[in-house]
Amino acid sequence: MGQLTIRNLEVSFHTREGIIRAVDGIDLAIGPGEIVGLVGESGSGKSVTCNSVLQLLPCPPAQFGEGKIEWSSKDLLQLDEGKMRRIRGKEISMIFQDPMSCLNPFMTVLDQVAEPLIIHKICKPAEAKRKALEMLAKVGVHRVKEYPNSYPHEFSGGMRQRAMIAMALITQPALLLADEPTTALDVTVQAKVLSILRELCSELGVSVLFVSHDLGLVAELADRVVVMYRGKVVEQNDTASIFTHPKHPYVKALIACRPTLETSDDRLPTVEDFINPGKETEKSPTDTSPPKTSSRSAKTLVEAKRLVVEFTTDEGSVRAVNDVSIKIPQGSTHGLVGESGSGKTSLGRSLLNLIRRKSGEILFNGIPVGHKGHPHEKQFRKSMQIIFQDPYASLNPRLTIEQALVEPMIVHNLGSSKRERIKRVIDLLEEVGLGEEHLARYPHEFSGGQRQRICVARALTTEPEFIVCDECVSAMDVSVQAQVLNLLKSLQASRGLTYLFISHDLGVVKFMSDQISVMQKGQIVESGSAENIYNDPQTKYTQQLINSIPAANRSKNFSFTHPSVSPGP
Amino acid sequence: MRKLIISRVLQAVPTLWVIATLTFFMTRYAPGGPFDSERAIPEEIKIKLQSHFGLDRPLFDQYLLYLKNLLQGDLGPSFKYPEWEVSELIATAFPVSLTLGLLSLLIALMVGIPAGMIAALRKNSWVDYLPMSLSMAGICLPTFVLGPLLIYALSTQLGMFPPLGWYGPADWVLPSLTLGLFYAAYIARLTRAGMLETLQQDYVRTARAKGATSWRILTKHAARGGLLPVVTFLGPAFAGLITGSFVIESIFFIPGLGKFFVTAAFNRDYTMVLGTVLFYASLIILLNLLVDLLQAWLDPKARQEK
Amino acid sequence: MSSTHSSSLGRDAWLRLRANKMAMASLFLLAAVALISLLGPLLCSYSYDQQNLDRVFQSPDTTHLFGTDNLGRDLFARTTYGGRISLAVGLLATLVSLVIGVTYGMLSGYCGGRLDAWMMRLVDVLYSLPFIIFVILLMVLFGRNFLLLFLAIGAVEWLTMARITRAQTINLKNAEFIEAARALGYSHLRILFHHLLPNLIGPIIIYATLTVPAVMLLESVLSFLGLGVQAPMSSWGSLIKEGAEKMDAAPWLLFFPGMFFCLTLFALNFLGDGLRDALDPKSSKD
Repeated sequence: MGQLTIRNLEVSFHTREGIIRAVDGIDLAIGPGEIVGLVGESGSGKSVTCNSVLQLLPCPPAQFGEGKIEWSSKDLLQLDEGKMRRIRGKEISMIFQDPMSCLNPFMTVLDQVAEPLIIHKICKPAEAKRKALEMLAKVGVHRVKEYPNSYPHEFSGGMRQRAMIAMALITQPALLLADEPTTALDVTVQAKVLSILRELCSELGVSVLFVSHDLGLVAELADRVVVMYRGKVVEQNDTASIFTHPKHPYVKALIACRPTLETSDDRLPTVEDFINPGKETEKSPTDTSPPKTSSRSAKTLVEAKRLVVEFTTDEGSVRAVNDVSIKIPQGSTHGLVGESGSGKTSLGRSLLNLIRRKSGEILFNGIPVGHKGHPHEKQFRKSMQIIFQDPYASLNPRLTIEQALVEPMIVHNLGSSKRERIKRVIDLLEEVGLGEEHLARYPHEFSGGQRQRICVARALTTEPEFIVCDECVSAMDVSVQAQVLNLLKSLQASRGLTYLFISHDLGVVKFMSDQISVMQKGQIVESGSAENIYNDPQTKYTQQLINSIPAANRSKNFSFTHPSVSPGP
Repeated sequence: MRKLIISRVLQAVPTLWVIATLTFFMTRYAPGGPFDSERAIPEEIKIKLQSHFGLDRPLFDQYLLYLKNLLQGDLGPSFKYPEWEVSELIATAFPVSLTLGLLSLLIALMVGIPAGMIAALRKNSWVDYLPMSLSMAGICLPTFVLGPLLIYALSTQLGMFPPLGWYGPADWVLPSLTLGLFYAAYIARLTRAGMLETLQQDYVRTARAKGATSWRILTKHAARGGLLPVVTFLGPAFAGLITGSFVIESIFFIPGLGKFFVTAAFNRDYTMVLGTVLFYASLIILLNLLVDLLQAWLDPKARQEK
Repeated sequence: MSSTHSSSLGRDAWLRLRANKMAMASLFLLAAVALISLLGPLLCSYSYDQQNLDRVFQSPDTTHLFGTDNLGRDLFARTTYGGRISLAVGLLATLVSLVIGVTYGMLSGYCGGRLDAWMMRLVDVLYSLPFIIFVILLMVLFGRNFLLLFLAIGAVEWLTMARITRAQTINLKNAEFIEAARALGYSHLRILFHHLLPNLIGPIIIYATLTVPAVMLLESVLSFLGLGVQAPMSSWGSLIKEGAEKMDAAPWLLFFPGMFFCLTLFALNFLGDGLRDALDPKSSKD
């Protein structure tokens, strides 16, 4: 009772390219009251595993092999839909990643939270509503009491996820499946939601399968950790042992290549270092191992003075950037960290005149950058570039790599002949670790990490001096992220680039930056060197940001006392 | 919600005014129009026009008089049959068309929506292919082909329903079937597409994870989202039903507003034509307001008026 | 995920379309109908308006493949000639609506802001008015004119095209590759034509293919009401009208043009659906 045992689970998908084995024979067990973390990157099969338990996968194209999923002495994979329905939401519940799309926009939140009780005929509708109100109050969603007819779009992301938790636990199931429930949330919100989840589950005696790509996050609440890679389980152990004595090279790599707040190396280890030590699977960019001596001068390359960016919305005008001033010396990296709504993205884009500023000045090399259409615009466009977050949307799907990289040269009259331009493009591709054979391909033929490298190459075509990196590694797996960060660092050394590095991830920002500014609601609340921000934060908000980071991601030498170590309220 | 209604009504007023003004000027200046001095017009009509439109007064006065008449519902005398007022003619003919339109809409919704829903639930089975092929055929068959075919099959051959006229409820069947089935085809396809898309949404997966039955998912979770495209289609559908009424009333010899309008067009009965145009325009605007309200009722996010 | 040869999105789409049997059958059918319509009047020994009063209402036989009508005119000639007219109206009106609609929608979506709001308000107003009323009004005031006919039809159908183009443009405008283009200093013109437009071609083709049957249907309704092409010219619409009137006496008069018309519409709709699946694999069909 209350024990889930997965034996030799095999799940394949029929796609146009053939049969893909998403899960390739895994064994997993969760005992009553246990919290098990399932960790893996994209393509590891963790989500497929999680969805298989409740038979939520569409059955073509998914196909199951011989394995079993045992629950209460039944094999869940053999149950018919009727019996399965009685288990779903009652004995086993599930919460998902994106609370906006996972809640029905046409039903009130209260109705949705009460629904499992009605479906499983546990109590009558009026009673169910009352219980739902109680549960929502318990998870901290108080708005519903005053406005019982609220709809999901009237709540913030964190509140919606709390509502989902309430909805999943209201029937007091024996097992909760949590598929990346905090991935879409801000760091501070994430910490709160996690602690609510942990408290409630321990109070109700619910066992949890917590799926995530973030090993450090999982360590916050799991008793045991299972790590998956390409459809197989590569290691499982209790949490402390996974961190202190990882056995499998992939797990070692996962732990090593994520920058914590204490990382002080110049280069992050990558998965390849562990899995194929000594062998080069991807071409390493030319000109590695940058010298530690910085080419930083005292000269300010980019400066913003009292910048204000305003947007008009339905509720009136909102100041996304509210009187912000920054100075970035040449050759250095200035980090900008903040949560959603902090204004960091707007700041980055307004520096490049991609969005119009309301007031304030921007200076490049001491020369003021006017609004759009000013006489030196093309010159500035050459010198200031940007790399975006989503590598899938950053490249025109209809252009080959060659076309995409040659075009900026044509627009800015660089290179005197077609042959010369192509040669420059090939050099750039090699500089980012790709090659000539990639010229004639289209973006959809590349992986996310490769596409981001192409975007870096494209940004370099105009020989810029300043590049804004707008969350450019946020959408990536940790292993790929490490490669791109290393690339950016080595390019900075070899070309003397200046960066504005924007991210919500303090660890990554600290790794990349010399100076850091912390933004909240459009203003810079704290600024300082990277070391000082971590060691000696001056403001409560910065302290809260640091505390919200899972302990394992804060420091490699964290004292592993679990589970009562909670990162604040 | 109330703000939405008020704002829509306020938007409607200038639209109507624009249409009224446009028609005013179009008729004044169109070559071969009734006010073209080269046209030979029977004396008695000339007198009536003169008095009604104030043709001896300056243009701006004429315009004001025109607007004043409109607001009182006075659309002038019929050009072709001067002893009748246009508004009287509309008043007699419109209820007929209204009945036809409502019946057709009812048939379209009652056939189309269930067909689309079932097709979506049993995708790629014969319950999907058959109705969808039929609906494709429905879209490709103009009403003036379907009508005569139905007359031939159900009336001439089987003698089930009378083919022409509009004397009693039995007459209502064939015309509303013809028009209704045509729109049922569109609605079935829209419903199917809307339901399929909704059924793929994340929140439907959440509902499944809660243990909801297929029926519950269909009615409580997917229906609203899936039917939204149909509601959006209602706007142009109303327009289409009005258009369709012209054809249907011609085929089945029904004395509705559509037939009057087309006849007036051929007879060059300008006042009748213009009056009907204005009437239709107001009707459409009212109907679109209703559609907007329906949409707002279905979709909580649409209730906030921007 | 590197393949040995590059595959552009266009080529992928073409392969998907090829695999869709209904769509390919529709394509062949359309080609066949177009061919017959083009060559028919030339091959036939009778002209479409040649009257032969002693061979009235002949059922189909070897001399008159499709039979004759009430004035002894050969139906095969009239049907194929009508095909030319109907297809021409369909294609030309669609072209008009395409040019107007795409430009309007693209500009409205790209410029955004107040301009967009006003442009769309105009579209909304026009969209809800039954166009036939205005076509009739125009016909009454300005007389009947072939050019006016398809301009009027095209001028109404552009609304849907504009809406779809605008929706797609807004989607794309926010995609990062457009912002990257601006950051790289590309001019607005370059962005519109080199980056935006090629990515709009997919939906444009789909809706153009679906607009042609809608236009042909509209033309047929106008012909039915007597406002379409004037005798002795014939379109499928006017032929069907005549055929429907004489259905009891001479069913072939309705059957042949009706069949051509419906098959063409059928094929166009299936092709449009097939294109939609081929160009957007995430569509709700599967």
